[in-house]
Order: sequence, then C-alpha cells, then structure tokens
Amino acid sequence: MAAQILFFVLATVAIAGALGMLVSRNPVNSALWLILNLFCVAGLYLTLNATFIAVIQVLVYAGAIMVLFLFVIMLLNLAALPDVRRFEWRKGVAYVLSMGLLSMLSFVVASSLGVLPEPQSLQAAADSGTANTLAKSLFVEFALPFEMIGILLLAATIGAVMLSKRKPV
Amino acid sequence: MELAWYWTALIAFVIVQFLLISASVLVYAERKVSGYMQNRPGPNRVGPFGFLQPFADVVKLVFKENIVPVLANPFVHSLAPMLMVVIAMGAGALIPFAHNVVIADMDVSVLVLLALTSISVYGVTLAGWSSNSKYSLLGGLRSSAQMISYELSMGLAVLSVVLIAGSLSLTEIVEDQAGGWGLLGWNIFRNPIGAILFIVTAFAETNRAPFDLPEAEQELVGGYHTEYSGMKFGMFFLAEYVNFFIASFVIVTLFFGGYMLPFESVLLGAFPALVDSLWLTVLQLGTILVKAGFFAFVFIWVRWTLPRFKYTQLMTLGWKYLLPIALANMLLVALGVALLS
Repeated sequence: MAAQILFFVLATVAIAGALGMLVSRNPVNSALWLILNLFCVAGLYLTLNATFIAVIQVLVYAGAIMVLFLFVIMLLNLAALPDVRRFEWRKGVAYVLSMGLLSMLSFVVASSLGVLPEPQSLQAAADSGTANTLAKSLFVEFALPFEMIGILLLAATIGAVMLSKRKPV
Repeated sequence: MELAWYWTALIAFVIVQFLLISASVLVYAERKVSGYMQNRPGPNRVGPFGFLQPFADVVKLVFKENIVPVLANPFVHSLAPMLMVVIAMGAGALIPFAHNVVIADMDVSVLVLLALTSISVYGVTLAGWSSNSKYSLLGGLRSSAQMISYELSMGLAVLSVVLIAGSLSLTEIVEDQAGGWGLLGWNIFRNPIGAILFIVTAFAETNRAPFDLPEAEQELVGGYHTEYSGMKFGMFFLAEYVNFFIASFVIVTLFFGGYMLPFESVLLGAFPALVDSLWLTVLQLGTILVKAGFFAFVFIWVRWTLPRFKYTQLMTLGWKYLLPIALANMLLVALGVALLS
C-alpha cells in the first residue's frame, strides 16, 4: 500500500515536472523543472529496488548533463533570445488526445498479433537493476556493441573539439 | 541489524546536530590555527579562549537583515543555500562511523556519494545566477567549471578504490582494508596515487584553498555569495565547513581504514573480550573522529600555507595532469587486481 502511494506521488510529481518544463517561459526554470522530473524518475527506480540505476540516473542526468545545460543557459544572453511563443492549449490537447488514441490502437494491433512482451515479475525487475547484472549484460553479452558505441562517442568528441577550434589545423 | 524507523530518525538527528556543532568548532579551529600561523592570538574575547566566538557569529548572522536583490529570482535565491546545506548534511548518512553504525547502508553508497558531490554544483551555480549580479554570476560560473573539471578525476580515484575492494558499498570498502599486517591493509598503502589524487580533488570539490577560486575575495568581490546576507550567507559558510569535514570522513573511509583502529587485529588478538562489544564500537567512533579531525586540520593547514591557483593553472592541473594520472592509475590498479587475484 505504501509502495503504491509512493508510486503515485512520485509519478504525479514527475509528470508535473515535465509539464512545468514545457510551459515555463524562463529557460532556467525549465531546467529546474526537468531536474525535479529526473529526481522523481530516480525515485521510481528506487521503488523497484533498482538502486544502481537510480543512482546512475541522478549521477549522470541530474549531476552531469543538467549541470552543463544550466551552465550553457547562464552563459547565453537570455535577453537576446527570441520571444517564446505562447503555448497553444488547443494544439496541446489535440496532441495528447491523438497520441493516446495512437497508443491504444497500436496496443490493440500488437496484442492481436501476439507480439507484446510478457510482463516482468517484480523479482526479475529488481534483479536486473543491480550493478552486477548490468555489468554482465554490458561487458559480456553485448561487449562488442558496447565497445563500438564507445569508439563512436570518442570520434564524436574529437570531432566536436575539431569543429570548435577557430583555426583549421 | 534492522532498526525501527524512529531509531534511524533519532540517530540521523544526532548526526545532523553533531555536524552542526562540529562546523562551529571547525570555524573556531580555523580562526585559531590561522592566528597562530600568522603569529597573532586569534579570537580570544568571547568566552574562555574565545571558544564562544562562532556561536556569537551565528547569533549575529541570524539577527541580520535578509536582503534579496530587487531583480533577483527570489525562489531560486532562497533555494540555493538550502540545497548546499541539505546536500552537505545528506552525505553524513552514508559514512560508516563504526562497525554496523551507519544510517543508510546501501550496496551502492560510493556512487550515492559521487552523485551528492555532483549535485552540490547546483547550489553554487544557482546562487550565482539568481542574484542577478555580474560578480555573483562570474563566481558561480568559475566555480561550476572548477567542480565539473575535478569531479572526473575524483570519480576515477574512487573507482580505483572500488576495483580493489570489489564492492560499491562504503562498509565493505572499510572491511576490505582489515587485511594485511597492522596498517598495511589500508588503501593509502595499496593505492597511494589514488589517495593523493582523491585528496587533491577533495580540496577542489569543497572549494577550499588553494582551489578557492569561487570565492576569491580579492578578485571577485566575494564570488557566488556576494548578494547574500544574514543567515543565508551563514548557510553557505556552514555548508563549506560541513563539506570539508565530511570530505575528511570520506578520505579516511576510502584510504585510511575508516573506523578501523590501527593494529586492530593485533588488539583483538590480545583482548578477545573486545570482539563485538560496546567498547570496540566506542573505540572505533573515537578512531574515526581522530582521523577525520586530523584531515580537517590538514584542510585548514593547507589553506593558510599555500597561495591560490590562477584560473589557467587550475584548469591545466585538472585536465592535463590529474585526469591522465587518474586514468593511468585506474589502469594500473585494474591490472594489479586482475593479476593478483
């Protein structure tokens, strides 16, 4: 019971954070809403006993990526940005409704074709959240794709540094 | 041992009070030590030997007017100092103070510690931004750049310890240092480069001299807390002292045997009655306090001995020296662990 209450509180705050991020005018406030959302998602992972993934969520997204976002927003001259367009409620409602309809229809199609994944048991979900299982699938089962992504990211980093240099080398 | 939630809450309350008191003791210690280093007596008017000086300071700060700049963002302006204090205190929950004496014994507590370090950047950045002042913003930007740069080397230094212990739990990292004769099981002897890297980056992450660029008072009018007054300023001050005290605890836990007594196995061999007794817990509490107190003294000592880095020197040290050394050390430790085990 307590777990369910916790889930609904966290989920509500997470959705509220996401909405706040979309509608707030000030980029810094948007970033703060997004951080709130990321923390709530980390909390949801915690309710699944996936402590490792929850901590990584905070460490990587809230701790590293969002700090860089804030850093960039503060370096920008906010006054020079173009005015934010008004949020159009009609478009928003239409978007939510049509996405809901799309997901329902795809659920019906998928279940009639029998391609839906089996629901995971809570125990399996909890087991897959530890550092051990994650490391096994990353470094044993999917070692080659993992290394290839690593090389790709390295190439992208070097490319970004090259592009941002003023003089061509 | 599972405690009822109210016991955990009570212990957490005691630890928060302990951290608050130790922060004021550290403020006193810093002023006294710097006084002796500069050949002057230091505070000696309030109470015996001036011991009540930090309490008088706190009372003064509480009664001062809280000034929020007109064009500042009032919510974020108040949020920033609270974030700093809460995060600094939160780290105290993860430190094992004695065998089985830890509030949150998680299996990934090292990562939680790193996560807390990385989100404490928000306090500084938001304080600098929300004040709507160029001096604060410059201070905040410098500081976040510094903290982001040194986080990486700190993470790698911690990872080398994790590799040796084979666990992400602080408790198990401490227990892992029990082996070896006397002190030789401590990680400072098994991983000296990692220890030095961690201590240097801990200075940078807690914004203590010689890395105190965020609040370089001679060049920045004060840094990210320029526009703060009263107890909000006091909270930044409190967070700084709690942060470096916690950092001393973390240094001790990761590299200096944590709550282990020196020659604990010899001692337990001589007095078998001590095993699992309350006296051992008390001794361990005393040990970690003495060790952490020593490192808190080192933090003060270094601040009043070394001049501040220039900004370029800071970045060069972080990215061109510490990071490659940390990567190489990590590789070395990984090879050592793979070959020896």
